[in-house]
Amino acid sequence: MDFQFTTEQTLFKESVDRFIADAYGFERRMALAASEEGFSREHWRDMAELGWFGVAFSEEHGGFGGSAVETMILMEAFGRGLVLEPFVPTVVLGGTALAHGATSRAHRDVLASVIEGDTLLSLAYAEAGSRYDYGFVETSARRDGADLLVRGAKRSVPFAAAADKLVVSVRTSGLPGDARGITLVLVDRDASGIARDDFRTVDGHRASDIVFDDVRVGSGDVLGVVDDGLALLDVAIDAGIGALCAEAVGTMSVMQRMTLEYLKTREQFGVAIGSFQALQHRAVDMLIELELARSMCLFGTVALAGDASRSERAKALSATKVQVARSGRIVGQSAIQLHGGIGMSEEYAVGHYFKRMSMLELALGDVDYHLDRYLHAAATIGDTLAVAPRALETV
Amino acid sequence: MNLAFSPQERAFRDDVRAFVRAELPRAVERKMRDGDELTKDEYVAWQHRLSARGWLAPNWPAVYGGTGWSVVEKHIFEEELATCNAPRSIPFGVSMVAPVIINFGSDAQRAHYLPRILSSEDWWCQGYSEPGSGSDLASLATRADRDGDEYVINGTKTWITLAQYANMIFVLARTDPTAKKQRGISFILVDMATSGVTVRPIETIDGGHEINEVHFENVRVPVANRVGDEGAGWTYAKFLLEHERSGTANVAGSFQLLDRLKTLAKAQRHGAATLLDDPGFARKIASVEIELTALSYAQLRSLASESAGKSPGPESSFIKITGTEIQQSITELMMEASGYGALDARTNDAAFYFNYRKTSIYAGSNEIQRNIIAKRILGL
Repeated sequence: MDFQFTTEQTLFKESVDRFIADAYGFERRMALAASEEGFSREHWRDMAELGWFGVAFSEEHGGFGGSAVETMILMEAFGRGLVLEPFVPTVVLGGTALAHGATSRAHRDVLASVIEGDTLLSLAYAEAGSRYDYGFVETSARRDGADLLVRGAKRSVPFAAAADKLVVSVRTSGLPGDARGITLVLVDRDASGIARDDFRTVDGHRASDIVFDDVRVGSGDVLGVVDDGLALLDVAIDAGIGALCAEAVGTMSVMQRMTLEYLKTREQFGVAIGSFQALQHRAVDMLIELELARSMCLFGTVALAGDASRSERAKALSATKVQVARSGRIVGQSAIQLHGGIGMSEEYAVGHYFKRMSMLELALGDVDYHLDRYLHAAATIGDTLAVAPRALETV
Repeated sequence: MNLAFSPQERAFRDDVRAFVRAELPRAVERKMRDGDELTKDEYVAWQHRLSARGWLAPNWPAVYGGTGWSVVEKHIFEEELATCNAPRSIPFGVSMVAPVIINFGSDAQRAHYLPRILSSEDWWCQGYSEPGSGSDLASLATRADRDGDEYVINGTKTWITLAQYANMIFVLARTDPTAKKQRGISFILVDMATSGVTVRPIETIDGGHEINEVHFENVRVPVANRVGDEGAGWTYAKFLLEHERSGTANVAGSFQLLDRLKTLAKAQRHGAATLLDDPGFARKIASVEIELTALSYAQLRSLASESAGKSPGPESSFIKITGTEIQQSITELMMEASGYGALDARTNDAAFYFNYRKTSIYAGSNEIQRNIIAKRILGL
């Protein structure tokens, strides 16, 4: 049993931490969030040059042979810096789908270009009727000769306006909730028939709702196997959950630290407010939740990095998401409450961490969704006395 | 990072499991699973088997009869006992008074008391709390007045677990009434057969008889029964409390309780299906199972840093709080799962819930734990 990083991982962590400390002051972050694209292309190039986009991919995929552990190290630092660059949609969600679904030289070239920093991606899976269930796909793809014509709509596609290509889940057979019949396709952002509605998210990121009106996709743009896209989505979503949970731990750790400092310096009734027991106990609960979330995040990361079965991995990552979301809500709400009025101020950083944490709770599935996914995965594995809910049919 | 146990550690786990399977009487196993009280003979018989295998006192230095196990092996041992529904050895002797005697006692005390603990000849209980001194333990009023080479003890100790089985009690008593609160306290070992000691049972809200009040009326004890220095008892008491807390998270025990909860829910008809099939109830079970998983990894992190020779990080300090809150959540769900069945006083379904309210109170209430973390870790 060993919770330590290797020497290489420790060096990597130091370099990531240094970059975030240098490049990501709060004012700079706020200016970037208000900019046209909502992030910095300059940072993006720097990150690519530092090798961050390839670090978690195997050498066979053109990466540097790391694992989810390196992604965790990066994402925790991104959480501390409230980093805006679309690393998760491009590298973790899109990149994982490509790495596991590449069937041609052209696909591998796209992944290589992602690792180089030249191509940005996003994953379009959510729909108006799906909530978080990525197995519920109404967007259809009907055959037209050797091509597919995609028709339907996706919502809240992260940083789609900046993405060169979109990985889109479409239904090639069956009914919207069926596990079989989902296919992942690679679509150019500006393909004919795509209409995008871009918006700012409450946490300063960017996203788009996208309508596909008979968008033509060639057979060479299908990732993985036709009708078996759910397995690919599973891998990508689980990797995404791991990344977002690590980001959440970084985000929480800043809120915990800021709040503790505030309790020690803010004076009322002639004393530091941290001398009051009601506030002390809340501060202790913040620490407890942070450490539970951090422990769970390690567990999820190891499940991703190891050779867990599909259901074991889903169970572990859903458990991680539930714990991190719950802890994050407690830490975030306490951070605002213990700061008092200043916590409500847009000028002050803690509120921005709170908003990011709140969106991380929802991204890729909220607590209720992942409780059901956890139960379903447990039943699939055949865990002793596992509970078999009817709510979730997608894993 | 590698969060798996090594092959040697897994082999060790198999050894422990095989031992428990072979040695634990079925009747005791069933009682443990059902939450029924064990008799003194059942406890003692089990401790004899552990002792015969050399496994009764894993925390002691090997020279006194300890096992020499690593931190991780000790953890695996505890986990296996809980997983196999084996009773824990009664902690008051092996895990509480013994470390104090080993660290602060005299050679004569070590030579006399430690073998008697290993042989279960002595059954210890803990004389700490008093009717007027709970969380504020240092305000205790029990006196031990010096009279030649004896102390004369007067006072009342309360909430004493299994005192009805004990023949020895360790007592915190005030030997210097003029000294400042914590200063005048000494740590004294008392034979319960001494004239003037009386035990009164306290029935708890779950209908059980676990705890007692012990009165001391002019109880004469040799000065040689004091451990360490006169007036230094508070230091030893705090040392002991650290040992007490580390055993209270009982993560493996909670996984067992969780199994019991699932069995209970599966046995409850709910329309055409069972309560376990109810999505609402299933989510409640999943919620607590996930939190317990998080706690188990927090505990492993803490063990790993302890094995690496580092002082435990912040994660170790809250394990008592979270561990007991989880135990309470599970027993709460057991009562809920039982439904009308919980009304029946012949079952333990509600009794578990009532009984487990104690866990956030004993070994320093969870509020006191939060005070300690706020002060020592957060620096508030």
